Amino acid sequence: MSDISYYVLCSLLSLGVLYGIRLMSRVETAARGNQLSALCMLTAIVITMVHTDLAGSLSYIITGLLIGILLSIFLTIRVRMIQMPQMVGLLNGLGGLASALSAILVLAAGERIKTFELTASGLALAVGAVTFSGSMVAAAKLHNLMPQLPMLLKGHRFLMAVSALILTALVIALPLVHEGRIGLGVILSAVALAFGYLFAVRVGGADMPITISLLNSTSGVAAAISGMALGDILLVALGGIVGASGLLLTQIMCRSMNRRLSGVLFGVMPKPEPEVQLADNASGAEAASDETEEKPADTGASLQNAADWMAQAQSVVIIPGYGMALSQAQEKVKLLCDGFSSKGKRVRFAIHPVAGRMPGHMNVLLAEVDVPYDLLCEMDDINPDFPSTDLAVIVGANDVVNPAANTAQGTPIYGMPILDAGKARHLIICNYDSKPGYAGVPNPLYEPRPEVLLLLGDAKDSLDSLLAMI
Amino acid sequence: MSIEVILVLVFIGATLLGYRLISAVPSLLHTPLMSGMNALSGVTLLGMLAVTSLTGSILGKLLGMLGIIAAVINVVAGFGVTNRMLRMFKGGRENGEDGK
Repeated sequence: MSDISYYVLCSLLSLGVLYGIRLMSRVETAARGNQLSALCMLTAIVITMVHTDLAGSLSYIITGLLIGILLSIFLTIRVRMIQMPQMVGLLNGLGGLASALSAILVLAAGERIKTFELTASGLALAVGAVTFSGSMVAAAKLHNLMPQLPMLLKGHRFLMAVSALILTALVIALPLVHEGRIGLGVILSAVALAFGYLFAVRVGGADMPITISLLNSTSGVAAAISGMALGDILLVALGGIVGASGLLLTQIMCRSMNRRLSGVLFGVMPKPEPEVQLADNASGAEAASDETEEKPADTGASLQNAADWMAQAQSVVIIPGYGMALSQAQEKVKLLCDGFSSKGKRVRFAIHPVAGRMPGHMNVLLAEVDVPYDLLCEMDDINPDFPSTDLAVIVGANDVVNPAANTAQGTPIYGMPILDAGKARHLIICNYDSKPGYAGVPNPLYEPRPEVLLLLGDAKDSLDSLLAMI
Repeated sequence: MSIEVILVLVFIGATLLGYRLISAVPSLLHTPLMSGMNALSGVTLLGMLAVTSLTGSILGKLLGMLGIIAAVINVVAGFGVTNRMLRMFKGGRENGEDGK
């Protein structure tokens, strides 16, 4: 293929993918956008396979493709929606791995590599390997294969700083040496893997959405840089798009969690206090399994009050949190929603940007149980409506509705944008326990008040008692 | 213009254009957006195919195969789960009435 037609083709395919992303800005067209992107990718793969002389390694390539496709089909069918964060984490990691491997093979390919390609290979190797080990640790934490709590080694920040310095030095040194590049590449990979591990292992559950978004970005950047090493325009273009997307999501997550990216990156974590750990355990695996005795709030409203509120309410807002997902109570929430709307009430869902374990996670969980997407409202759209809302039902959410975020200076959540559920006329809170959420800040909404009903225990049971009253 | 300059320009251009387009994606769809991006970053498959066919050693070919497996999973599973998720999003009104 001539250079010109190759460039034209790459541009066309890139534009196709970009148009596909544009289609994703509306729910109605999003699926078509994804299919268009997939079609462009398939075309690119087929063209590459036809125009590359694969003969030398044909059996390895075919075997790799087949194994990959089989594993993909298995993963695609088997993954549950609640597992999507670890799935994306895994895919981030595999993307990083592929970029790192292609960079190593470029280094091994010959002695006549130009400085530009060498520099790009070194960088791709570093970014790819960091993404790989970091994502694997993040995915393992999300999948409960590793403790969810931040894990700090002795001198953790010192180790991170040292490995980052060595990594930088190696990337700079790689294009300068003339012999032993592969050996240097191997050392570089090892240091990068160690850095990725150190980076991800100290991230706690609450910072996961940021970490996953960030690794999403770096997996794209790694692909783009490895494309530079290979002189492949399509790799550079698509990698750049992925990098931009991940970066944008990272910014959104940081803003909604009131965290500075530098804090997440360089480990200035709020000290994990004892309450945080308790809360963390409670909302962890146990929350879904064990049943706890239900302790009705002492001086708060009674179930009978709640029945009256539910009967009289004209507008209802449901606020789902990760606790709902842990107790697998989505179906019950949908029943509650149906129950309200069958009585002619206006029901909507208020979705905080960080509800769930990754950007947009809660929407997917609710869409899975057939909650219509036009009932899912973003925080900024629904917040002005809370004062005129008759009833807000909070299911397994805590920090994202905690009014202390507006007032409690010096706490981790101070300044974090919240859903103003407390402004609704009446409030039903279904939560596993009354302990503070991940952030470890007590929630004033939990104090007994006549207009608040606190239902402690498994969200499914709490919802059952509400459903019985509709 | 040398290829190096073109590559760097393409990277900058794609990043800026991608950033603009993606900021229009509603937060409702951010999870499928991320898995869709996973699929796109599987574009390294193109690079893997090229370097694997060039490498001579058995170790190189095996590493190439590993990379191909990883990249294919990104592409196929990435698009697959994205499609699965996007098909779950349904509007409140009955089908066939979507905005025409």
